[in-house]
Amino acid sequence: MSLIKVKLSFSGGMELLFNNTKQKHIEISSTINPPNATTMKDLILWIRENLLKERPELFMSGDTVRPGILVLINETDWELEGELEYEIKDGDDIVFISTLHGG
Amino acid sequence: MVRHCVICNKERAAVKRPKTGQKVCRECFYYVFETEIHNTIIDNKLFKKNDKVAIAASGGKDSTVLAHVMKLLNERYQYGLEMFLLSIDEGITGYRDDSLETVKRNQQQYELPLKIVSYSELYGWSMDQIVKEVGLKNNCTFCGVFRRQALDRGAVMLDVDHIVTGHNADDIAETVLMNILRGDIARLQRCTEICTTGDGCVRRSKPFKYTYEKEIVMYAYFKKLDYFSTECIYSPNAYRGHARTFLKDLEVIRPSAIIDIIHSGEAFEVKKEVKLPTQGVCKRCGYMSSNELCKACVLLEGLNRGLPKKVHGDMPRDTAIIPHFNRIQVSKGNYDDSNKPIEESKSNNKIDQG
Repeated sequence: MSLIKVKLSFSGGMELLFNNTKQKHIEISSTINPPNATTMKDLILWIRENLLKERPELFMSGDTVRPGILVLINETDWELEGELEYEIKDGDDIVFISTLHGG
Repeated sequence: MVRHCVICNKERAAVKRPKTGQKVCRECFYYVFETEIHNTIIDNKLFKKNDKVAIAASGGKDSTVLAHVMKLLNERYQYGLEMFLLSIDEGITGYRDDSLETVKRNQQQYELPLKIVSYSELYGWSMDQIVKEVGLKNNCTFCGVFRRQALDRGAVMLDVDHIVTGHNADDIAETVLMNILRGDIARLQRCTEICTTGDGCVRRSKPFKYTYEKEIVMYAYFKKLDYFSTECIYSPNAYRGHARTFLKDLEVIRPSAIIDIIHSGEAFEVKKEVKLPTQGVCKRCGYMSSNELCKACVLLEGLNRGLPKKVHGDMPRDTAIIPHFNRIQVSKGNYDDSNKPIEESKSNNKIDQG
């Protein structure tokens, strides 16, 4: 097991669920569920357990993020990166943006 | 595995478009996003050259992207529009005062004149005062009714021909669903129209009618546009919230659901025998209304009746009557041939002014 560094960003109102934190550098295990590599699915659960301050239902729905939350992995739409199956790499930059707030 | 953009075949794809499933790179995404909005404007003949247009600006994502894109398209395609930002100050401490700061920055960034109209000056009541009086139950009704009128009144003050709002495809699909759930046939018929013109009121249109929220947010993110995103402190509109959650769940399974619902809404036709309310004018303030008094005057009357119960600071009672609404005089000149709608011209982007 090794540790990997990941940069997380929360915006569009998401930051309110994280004590107004817009950015956070974390270190997590490269295999949260050994022997498999850590995936987005693991990371989202990890965020819920370790960082989320309030109202988990506004962050997650089932085992993924709530519909209406956009996710970017290294500045790319996560829908192009395999979504929950994506394997987290050292130095990844992951952004969560809520679209649920007023226009 | 690197996925290439399906448009340029060169750059790495950065966005999956919800409407089409296309995988596109950033630059091509900007191009298709902006061009689709331009096409919507041209196909629906939304503007005429030299129109004065107010952009309804809340400081949120939709109106911020709208101001950015309208300014860009006006220059790129030489629409010849004179544009303003129009903001409504509902008087919500800790929410609207902050978002108005964003609008003021937008004013600098986009170099557009800004007009702010407040509920206090128009109605004699701020939302903070209204919530103190009515509580948190129907406050969204007051706010919605008052905002609609306030925009029209602000537009009259600015002497503009047209208001554009940032309503996007998701908002419109939500409204279609809500009108079906409430059985509101009159609104169901109207809510998908891209441009509405009330009798004597300012034209109002939605250039983002076919633009997905996901793309608006992606665009704002990539372009690093400065927008405000905090939920209103006076509890969000619960009914809309349910329609929204339902729609977002559908979108995950089938992204075209949003545009499909809009198409369904457009295709609805009400039988001729069905009696719909006729649009008249409010007896008290002159704003358009299907009843003797418009909704704002009815709500305001209720508020003012409650006044003796409480003392509302320095607000004299007579300021709480809405000033008369001066309808727009449509001069014939507006519609003669010298002022054709802006259309695509093949030779160049110049618009024939006749």
